[in-house]
Amino acid sequence: MSTIEAEVDALRAEALEALAQADDEAGREAWRADWLGRKDGRLTLRLRSLKDAPPDQRASLGKSLNALKSTLEGELEARREAARADALATLSADAALDVTLPGRPQSLGRLHPVTQTMNDCIDAFAEMGFRVFEGPEVEWARYNFDAVRIPEDHPARDMWDTIWIDTLIDGERKMLLRTHTSPNQIRVMEQTEPPVRVIVPGKCYRQEATDATHEWMLTQIEGLAVDEGVRMSDLKGTLYAFARRLFGADRQIIFHHSYFPFVEPGVEMAIDCFLCRAGGDDCRTCHGTGWIEILGAGMVHPEIIENAGYDSSRHTGFAFGVGIERVAMLRWGIEDIRHFYQNDLRFLRQF
Amino acid sequence: MKLPLSWLRDYVDVDLPPAEFAKRVTDAIAEVEGWEVIGEQWDPELVRVAEVLAVDPHPNADRLVLATVNVGEGPKTVVCGAPNVAAGQRVAFATEGAMLVDGHSGKLSKLKLRAIRGVDSAGMVLSEKELGLSDDHEGILVLPEDSAIGAPLVDAIGDVVFDVSTWANRADLLGILGFAREVAAVTGKPLREPDRSYTESERQAADFVSVTIEAPDLCRRFTASIVEGIELGPSPPWMQQRLIRAGMRPINNVVDITNYVMLETGQPLHAFDYDLVRGAEIRPRRARAGETLTTLDEVERDLDPDMLMICDGEGPVAVAGIMGGGNSEVSESTKTVLLEVANFDPGSIRRTSTQLRLRSEASLRFEKGIGPDLASYAQARALHLLEQVAGGRPAAGLVDAFPTPLASPRITLPAARIEQVLGIPIEAAEVRRILTALGFEVTESGDAFEVTPPFWRPDVDLPDDVIEELIRVYGYEKLPTTVLRGSLPEAQPRPLERVRERSRALAAGLGFQEVLSYTLTSGEILSRVVSPDDADRAGPLAATNPVASQHTYLRTSLRGSVLAAYAGNRHHEDAAMRFFEVGVEYLPTEADLPHERPVLCAVLGGQRLERWERPGPERLDYFDAKGAVEALLDDLGVAAAFTPVEEYALLPGHTAAISVGEETVGLVAQVHPDVAATFDIEEPVFLFELWFEPLTRAIPERPAYAPPSRYPEARRDLALLVPADTPASATLEVIRTHRARGVRISADVFDEYRGEGVPAGQKSLAIALRFRADDRTLGEKDVVRIEQGLLRRLEQDLGATLRT
Repeated sequence: MSTIEAEVDALRAEALEALAQADDEAGREAWRADWLGRKDGRLTLRLRSLKDAPPDQRASLGKSLNALKSTLEGELEARREAARADALATLSADAALDVTLPGRPQSLGRLHPVTQTMNDCIDAFAEMGFRVFEGPEVEWARYNFDAVRIPEDHPARDMWDTIWIDTLIDGERKMLLRTHTSPNQIRVMEQTEPPVRVIVPGKCYRQEATDATHEWMLTQIEGLAVDEGVRMSDLKGTLYAFARRLFGADRQIIFHHSYFPFVEPGVEMAIDCFLCRAGGDDCRTCHGTGWIEILGAGMVHPEIIENAGYDSSRHTGFAFGVGIERVAMLRWGIEDIRHFYQNDLRFLRQF
Repeated sequence: MKLPLSWLRDYVDVDLPPAEFAKRVTDAIAEVEGWEVIGEQWDPELVRVAEVLAVDPHPNADRLVLATVNVGEGPKTVVCGAPNVAAGQRVAFATEGAMLVDGHSGKLSKLKLRAIRGVDSAGMVLSEKELGLSDDHEGILVLPEDSAIGAPLVDAIGDVVFDVSTWANRADLLGILGFAREVAAVTGKPLREPDRSYTESERQAADFVSVTIEAPDLCRRFTASIVEGIELGPSPPWMQQRLIRAGMRPINNVVDITNYVMLETGQPLHAFDYDLVRGAEIRPRRARAGETLTTLDEVERDLDPDMLMICDGEGPVAVAGIMGGGNSEVSESTKTVLLEVANFDPGSIRRTSTQLRLRSEASLRFEKGIGPDLASYAQARALHLLEQVAGGRPAAGLVDAFPTPLASPRITLPAARIEQVLGIPIEAAEVRRILTALGFEVTESGDAFEVTPPFWRPDVDLPDDVIEELIRVYGYEKLPTTVLRGSLPEAQPRPLERVRERSRALAAGLGFQEVLSYTLTSGEILSRVVSPDDADRAGPLAATNPVASQHTYLRTSLRGSVLAAYAGNRHHEDAAMRFFEVGVEYLPTEADLPHERPVLCAVLGGQRLERWERPGPERLDYFDAKGAVEALLDDLGVAAAFTPVEEYALLPGHTAAISVGEETVGLVAQVHPDVAATFDIEEPVFLFELWFEPLTRAIPERPAYAPPSRYPEARRDLALLVPADTPASATLEVIRTHRARGVRISADVFDEYRGEGVPAGQKSLAIALRFRADDRTLGEKDVVRIEQGLLRRLEQDLGATLRT
């Protein structure tokens, strides 16, 4: 063995031994600086001193030292790679998490179920070209009743028990909390010309005792479409699309006869019971009838069309009113309407 | 309305099962809300009709009798304790094993026969209670005399009673005959009308009484008939049974007949004791001021001149169309009856009954509007029954005051209108069939139908009313679903609603739970959060008739509502809570509807959750509230300024107004602890509000844009000593507005410190500065020079010095 080889072998052995001793990244970094550091690493210095070696040995010594250098670099990289692999193995085995522990809490808010349901209803009708309009909750008696053909002495007033406001304007104009969103049919038609295609969301109020299905403050969405060629079959098509959008694509709807003074003909719409699938006599939702009533609708009364200044022989229209709480109760199986305005987090955060 | 199927079947055949019948009725006529099956549990073999042959004393008991009954199988002896059992009666009879309601326990159980006081009983004569018909256990049920002996009881008196909700404009549906007519039209079966024949005596009704209508605007028609020879007593069992099933109480045969005919035809009637009608005259007129009348319910009524009275020669004897007076009531001693069948203005009846707070079966019908021609129909039917059932002898002729008989309206319905409204045509033959079945007269002229509604349908007067008649009978299921045609209306921009809905979504995204509260609140709760000096809010509008006193006032602030929601949830929530509500403040306005001012109000507080979802040591504070507002406004694209203000119910020194440009758009604050305490909130609680009207005005049409600089920023941190009462915003504003040759400076505060090392009256602000030029990379020298200039400016404007 030549002296060169012996020297290089000795260096290799010493370096590798030192590397084996370095069992963490700091140790490996110190080893790297010690042996391969650019300024004063031992191998760096040795390579730098090649110029002092006898010329005949210079080439073979250089070759051996450079080979050693790449060996050491390779070895260092291999050790580092092994350490990374070890660390990862430890991380996924010994340091494995109990992934079922609770996540770090974030603050989360939700929209009220009535708002969510209203938004879904608005989206459904907006897709069919309905624009949103809003009107006042405190309303003139004239708009709420007289203008929609419910005169003061008519028993139809009993259909809407009214909360009145104790202030009379100009000594004669009565204010009330609107009992339905229907006065906005008039407000919309007063402000625009056909074609009319609007929905009007908003709160309504009834002077009535509350129970599991009745609340004195409620939320409605009114729909109105008036134009030449608006037909009752369009009403059915519009509400069919709405019912399928909110309650599932396999929903069926039926109309049955009803009476609202501001429409003629007037109907109520029911959807087939998606809870019992028309199965059980004991279904709490449809009471065994297989049908759930969800809204009132009809063709806008020709007098109302005329009063708006439209020509009822040319312009026809339909209107409908949906109770949002009722829709929300159906879609989530909420059993008591009185939950909605109690603001109990234990209720609200379920939606 | 109660609709007994057995009664309905007098006029029309019904062979549908109850559920199917209910559906057909609901689809086309009126809403069936439910039904009750009578006799469901009566076994046809074990519960049958029997005749009482004899009644003998019980040998061993004074209070019991032995009744001999025949069920068609020869005489049987039963022990009976009912006081009313009598020979000749038809009764309900049960034998061993029948399911009956136990007279004592009220539970359904199987009949077991046993000897009573030593006498065997072959069965049991039944009371209404045992049959499950009522709670009456005093005596046995007496059946109609024509009940077939031995027939199953369920065939004799079993029934289905439907509960039907009818419409506010359809008085005819409040008569079983009217209902039957609809059922006949829907099912295609013929209608049988009730017997209206009677024999007139030689005496003329007009010789008994005269009728003079003094208020023809309120009384459209008044018919009077006279029936002599009345044998007053209970009405026959079949009539009583029907009245009870329809929900009325039998009284005596005359009164029962008036009620029976009303239930049958929908036309109210009233019977006077003729001998108590003073002066042999009837004068429907307005009440005179100060007049009173004691009605049949024994309440003295104060009358006013808007009310129509039926008067005799001396004064009121009935409140027209609502209730009779006690002074002319039919009683035991009545021999001659004056029967009133009249027609009144519906609005007047409703006004009067509302004013008197007196709703009767009669007023409920009159207020819906009844055709005047129904009066003579109901007279004839009642006279028939008075003759048949009460032994009466009708005098000849009606006294009929009918000042202006109305011509039946003729409605021209163009055939094309049907398709225009419905979207489908209906064949002419079908149109004729449906309308004729409903009692309309129909002729065709050219492309139109000429339609005359029957007298009992005053609600029909327009072509579209006729179309409704057609489609509901034709069947809504035949209406196809089609899609709206035509052009869409132009979209109107709704900037406020957009901002409001965006804010609602953002608030939820920022961790706030949306609540919705009752908008009517109490004056007390409002006064906690609204200053008595706030002219817009201190005088809220009130409801005349609130559902409850705590819901009297229309809220002029949302703060009370959201604080109440916070307090209510604190009972079961340990950690931080964040709520918001979007609603309106109802601000009273001179001579107009209130201004409904849209607001978002948020409330937050409590201990922040630590990693293990438990309340940690750190509480939410003012800066959590402000941070949420800043995030919200940042998303909306506005840069807001916060200025210290004082506001009612909020803690001074912890309250800031939020402004954007000239507009104040809201505020953020700690709720004054004294006010929080009134809501039982014992911890610091914070609030912010956004006011959508000014906020919407403040939002720029589009966000300000500048391209990202290609040159890097230079960053420096400074510690400044500034007077303690100088808000950080003032320091930042000086920096933001400092101009230094095309170099933009932005700054953020990252610490505030007072205390050791900082002179009294001063505070230390740590500020991170960023310098940027659009045209070059800034060097160290540039930055130092700009910073020197900035420091001089800060010293000049604010007295700030570099902390060393």
